[in-house]
Amino acid sequence: MSKASISIGGVTGKVPVMEIKNIVLRFGGVVAIQDISFDIYEGEIRAIIGPNGAGKSSMLNVINGFYHPQEGEVWFRGRKRAAMKPYQIAHQGIARTFQNIALFKGMSALDNIMTGRFTHMKKGVFSQMIWKGSAEREEYENREIVERVIDFLEIQHIRKTPVGALPYGLQKRVELGRALAAEPQLLLLDEPMAGMNVEEKEDMSRYILDVNSEFGTTVALIEHDMGVVMDISDRVVVMDYGKKIGDGSPDEVRNDQAVIDAYLGVSDN
Amino acid sequence: MSADFLYTIEVILNGLMAGVLYALVALGFVLIFKASGIFNYAQGVMALFAALTLVGLQEGRVPFAHLINATFGTHVHNFDWTLPAVAAIALTVVVMVLFAICVEKLILKHLVNQEPIILFMATIGLAYFMEGFGDLMWGSDVKKLNVGIPQGGSLWFEDLTIGWAAEGEKFYGMYIDILDVWAAVIALVLVLVLTIFSQYTKSGRALRAVADDHQAALSVGISLRMIWVLVWSISGFVALVAGMMWGAKSGVQFSLSLIALKALPVLMLGGFTSIPGAIVGGLIIGAGEKLFEFFIGPLIGGATENWFAYVLALLFLVFRPQGLFGEKIIERV
Repeated sequence: MSKASISIGGVTGKVPVMEIKNIVLRFGGVVAIQDISFDIYEGEIRAIIGPNGAGKSSMLNVINGFYHPQEGEVWFRGRKRAAMKPYQIAHQGIARTFQNIALFKGMSALDNIMTGRFTHMKKGVFSQMIWKGSAEREEYENREIVERVIDFLEIQHIRKTPVGALPYGLQKRVELGRALAAEPQLLLLDEPMAGMNVEEKEDMSRYILDVNSEFGTTVALIEHDMGVVMDISDRVVVMDYGKKIGDGSPDEVRNDQAVIDAYLGVSDN
Repeated sequence: MSADFLYTIEVILNGLMAGVLYALVALGFVLIFKASGIFNYAQGVMALFAALTLVGLQEGRVPFAHLINATFGTHVHNFDWTLPAVAAIALTVVVMVLFAICVEKLILKHLVNQEPIILFMATIGLAYFMEGFGDLMWGSDVKKLNVGIPQGGSLWFEDLTIGWAAEGEKFYGMYIDILDVWAAVIALVLVLVLTIFSQYTKSGRALRAVADDHQAALSVGISLRMIWVLVWSISGFVALVAGMMWGAKSGVQFSLSLIALKALPVLMLGGFTSIPGAIVGGLIIGAGEKLFEFFIGPLIGGATENWFAYVLALLFLVFRPQGLFGEKIIERV
């Protein structure tokens, strides 16, 4: 986890990690995403906002491989990405969280975060079963990183608790921890602050900012509510009805007429 | 000690031994259910198929001999060799892994995200297919299985216990089948290994992850197909062990597939999701049905072993539906 050289506290050098080019996604006759293009720079916090049903989550699912767009291209680190399964994309270094928390409920917080290390563990079943030498060392090395994530998110006290028994805010934090443990090159957050109270939202914002500034992790996040997002993101894409209606710095977007119309509604005359 | 008391202990001991064998079958169910939420109806037939394959390979039988002979008018039945037990077991493991890969490729892959009931139906189909396929491949005659595990009553144990009875009582020592003792030891080792595997290894964690949430598992880089092949291979291996023990005890024949029915009450008692639960459930059912037969059986005309386990399971369904060790499912409304 080293600080990316080009990123200092959210100020970005303009090297795109990911480029989304003319994505079209249809479900039968319904067009969920209509010809959307944007890019994500190395080391920035990129927000995708928009009203309910704007296609934000679909966009994230395209990036992470749950959905395969009918048209358009996804470029990752300067290369066009072939159609891939979600688990292969995880191995490329893209981690994510989910809008409705998707944790492994039967496992402890520690084990949940440990699964985040899956892509970094290479030793096979048999060497692990015998539990000697290199496999053991690998387990300890990964465990160390996991402990660092746990310290960072201040969840030491719930390490051994089964996550199903944790309150909502902490579950969200464990889920973020699982994604962080993967040491992702691109971290996707699907409504990280949904359903939280003001205090929890502030905590979560702080973690996202710290992840970005301390580890230099590139973050793409979706939010439904403009408030907090505008404060923490470097650039914002605004979607409405599957189309991109705005793209730029928070200030530019806030003053954009199309964006204001989408959020506040337009009168008929 | 009085002879009656010693008899009771003997009954319990033998019950526990039988229970271990039930537990071995139940274990296969638990593994697949835990990892994929599928109740695998074919588990019993898998045990039969594994045992058939083991005997066939060991004795050097020609697979599909009847089919070949009927089609080409030849008379081939046996190759000229026999295999040592260890080699035959190793080869059977390979066959069960191939079987797991086929199940994934031909069935599971096409049923991703389907309702559990659909998958359950698919395993019923699989069970009937395997039953016929096993017959076609190795013939339907009753086969004797001998993998070198000693069998028969233990004289040593009989001699040891004969002196326990009080002076002048009629007692001839306790009977214990050595095969049952072996089965118990093997089952114990199997449970230990499986528990360590699922708790402390990367693949074990991945397996539990898939059981909890498919999407989240994919998002951390776990391939569902890899896990399914893995879990069906392991349960194929467990089926082989169960088939081997039951086959050595009562011959490899069609009725072997029916032991799966005895695993059902074990699962209801122990819980569908707990590996230790399968063992404890098996022990309770085994000892319970033998004791019931011994004490209550004579009063109500005997043959209680056929139904006792199911009645016990029904009682459990009423008072503790998740079983002794199962995860309690609380749905928020």
